[in-house]
Amino acid sequence: MPEGRLDRYPGYDVLRKRDTPSWNDVTRRVIDARLAISDRPRFLSETDWATLQAICERVVPQPPDRPAIPVAALVDDKLCRDDGDGYRNAKLPRLREAWQRGLRAIDAEARVAHGTGFVALDGDAQDALLRAAKQGDLRHPAWEGMPSDVFFDARLLRDIVHAYYSHPTAWSEIGFGGPASPRGYVRMDFDRRDRWEAVEAKGGDEAEVRRRNQRVG
Amino acid sequence: MSDDPQQTPRAKDGRAPDVFHEGGWIPMREYRETDEVDFVLVGTGAGGGTLACRLAEAGFSVVALDAGPYWRPLEDFASDEVEQNKLYWTDERICDGENPLQLGSNNSGKSVGGSTVHFAMVSLRFRPEWFKARSLLGYGADWPLDWREMWHYYREVEQALKIAGPVTYPWGPKRPRYPYRPHEVNAAGLVLAKGAEALGIDWVPTPLATLSAPRGNSPPCVYRGFCTIGCSTNAKQSALITWIPRAIRAGAEIRDLAMVGRVETDRDGGRVTGVRYQREGRWRFQRARNVVVAGYAIETPRLLLNSATDRWPDGLANSSGLVGKNLMVQANQAVWGTMDEEIRWYKGPPSLALTEHWNYEDDGKDFFGGYAIMSQGPLPALWASTQAIDRDLWGEALIQEMQKYNHQVGLKIVGEMLPQERNRVTLADETDQYGLPIARVTYSWCDNDHRLIDHALRSMTQAMQAVGARELWEQRNDTCHLNGTARMGDDPRSSVVDADCRSWDIPNLWICDGSVFPTVGGVNPSLTIQAIACRTGDRIKALAARGEL
Ligand SMILES: Cc1cc2nc3c(=O)[nH]c(=O)nc-3n(C[C@H](O)[C@H](O)[C@H](O)COP(=O)(O)OP(=O)(O)OC[C@H]3O[C@@H](n4cnc5c(N)ncnc54)[C@H](O)[C@@H]3O)c2cc1C
Ligand code: SF4
Repeated sequence: MPEGRLDRYPGYDVLRKRDTPSWNDVTRRVIDARLAISDRPRFLSETDWATLQAICERVVPQPPDRPAIPVAALVDDKLCRDDGDGYRNAKLPRLREAWQRGLRAIDAEARVAHGTGFVALDGDAQDALLRAAKQGDLRHPAWEGMPSDVFFDARLLRDIVHAYYSHPTAWSEIGFGGPASPRGYVRMDFDRRDRWEAVEAKGGDEAEVRRRNQRVG
Repeated sequence: MSDDPQQTPRAKDGRAPDVFHEGGWIPMREYRETDEVDFVLVGTGAGGGTLACRLAEAGFSVVALDAGPYWRPLEDFASDEVEQNKLYWTDERICDGENPLQLGSNNSGKSVGGSTVHFAMVSLRFRPEWFKARSLLGYGADWPLDWREMWHYYREVEQALKIAGPVTYPWGPKRPRYPYRPHEVNAAGLVLAKGAEALGIDWVPTPLATLSAPRGNSPPCVYRGFCTIGCSTNAKQSALITWIPRAIRAGAEIRDLAMVGRVETDRDGGRVTGVRYQREGRWRFQRARNVVVAGYAIETPRLLLNSATDRWPDGLANSSGLVGKNLMVQANQAVWGTMDEEIRWYKGPPSLALTEHWNYEDDGKDFFGGYAIMSQGPLPALWASTQAIDRDLWGEALIQEMQKYNHQVGLKIVGEMLPQERNRVTLADETDQYGLPIARVTYSWCDNDHRLIDHALRSMTQAMQAVGARELWEQRNDTCHLNGTARMGDDPRSSVVDADCRSWDIPNLWICDGSVFPTVGGVNPSLTIQAIACRTGDRIKALAARGEL
């Protein structure tokens, strides 16, 4: 676990509810399919894929002590399905084109600034480059006129963060109840939880909380 | 045969899905395309679904087409943000202007039942003065409707949907008690309540179109909290499970996966003759004596513009030049923070408490219009991307912040934005999968919009501070809902339709959806859209009885 990161919900695993009345059949089908997505690109080229993976590690860093969420593969899956949002800022091309162009442009920027691809940069240099993109400061011809800040917010951040928090591992990490149909919830007031919700550690009680969370279901 | 409702129509061969029973069907009357039906409707959402029901119950022959699928909520709706993207209008649209809109999940649906399938169920009446905003309040435009008449139709819709709400409503003229008791308020809503009490203003449990007690085949709400991605229990009183089954029972035919590309006119362009639409890979034509366009405030003007002819080169119903103009979204700014207590805002409908104080109180305002403040409960993926984009949080900082998910709270407004002709829907050069030009949506906030937003952010910050929320931050860049683009009025030169939703230019072409709003008010629009549809149904019946259709 990276330093300073708390585990507020030790032992909580939202998947333990899979076979309870909190999940209906269609939810089970959909989540099973998501968990089966392999960590390989189906849409992006190997080079673009490597760049995307490196970006994902900066945007949603993951602890080494649990199986990683295949964030890049979830983004690639969205591209593979060409699952657009139904609108786009006029300054952006369509979903697939925006991602391909953006990834190549970020890699090209790294080569101009550091003489090496984005993947080979250290974390600080990668962050600095991403921050420059966020500021709209990047102008390499590979952007082909697409503003780096619009790409950064509307595609890069949105799609990567959305992918991470659509995975059950992330739900467990933040103590989200997860799927909830048909059972729903009963206790709605401050500081109330149903038996099928995560127990939060308040400090010093991790072992007990872990035991209780293992019974959540 | 595939049972993928996004690939193969379900409402066919004399039957439609029974949304209340897994695998069940209900009988449905079918018309031939060569039958000249009394009404063909384009769109089955808050406007189209309601009007289809009212027209069928009045004895007219009705065919209602929707580009979207016919869902079976009990079987098709997952508790999952990604999967439920299938409810939204995801065909491409281009957004520009000084404040380009974010649409998709945020604005419009593509389903039998329209956007009510994923709406948040908040069901509010307009403040009476808003119907005469220009003459009584000095901004925007007057509606050609009288608030007292609307009060009657609001009541009718509240009864039809068994709205759950408070016994007394502290703002505006007296209204009867809501049909069903109010919902229990969750912790996120109690934060709003405490904040309002600290500021000395009223609040109420939100009037909601989800059941607080059983009704027919619908169970009460189970507080699962996934309302804006579709209700899998049928507690939500969407058009899909209320008006549409009623319409079918009364003899209407619904055609799902039926995308209308053009409203056709007769040779001299004086009357419409029916609609050209694509279903099962083929272009077809349905004859009709009247056409009602109810595709919501982007698709409605897009269809009218795409239906241009030699006689109507600027599009149908557009002699005023106003089709597509005066698009209005609503301000949707928020103040977010963190509490010591566990809130767990994912439980229950997202907005269980609200205050309309600033809709009714005009003192101390430096802007026109008003806003309602509502409690919030965003799901994780949406919430995380909001924080990433609007707070510039990513990397370890985002992961850490998301650990506070169960302690976070927020207040959000639905605020009035003013009509401006420069905010509009036009046709882009790009085409969609049907070969139809797609919509370009241009939006810029005006000074008044900015002032309203500043005022709202101040009052929400005060309320949040009063309840001891920490780490407050303002989300400025958000809007919701779509209205305008085919406004109603008294004068053919300054409006597109009359008070009956009948187009001024072509007497048998009607528009009945969120597009007809001349102003948008500070409340969510769907109750008003449904009330207008009920009124339009009654007016059409009355006109028909007088031989004036
Ligand atoms: C996330 C979210 C939450 C919301 N929450 C609330 C709320 O709490 N309270 C509230 O009052 N409002 C809410 N709204 C807004 C509300 O849902 C809409 O204002 C309302 O449904 C609009 O009604 P309508 O009839 O104009 O259009 P819709 O209900 O959107 O119906 C239009 C239908 O027309 C179909 N269509 C369009 N063009 C064509 C075509 N060419 N051919 C065939 N079919 C076509 C579409 O597929 C769609 O099904 C919310 C909206 C969203 C997105
Ligand atoms: S909280 Fe209620 S209305 Fe919302 S999805 Fe659940 S059951 Fe339906």
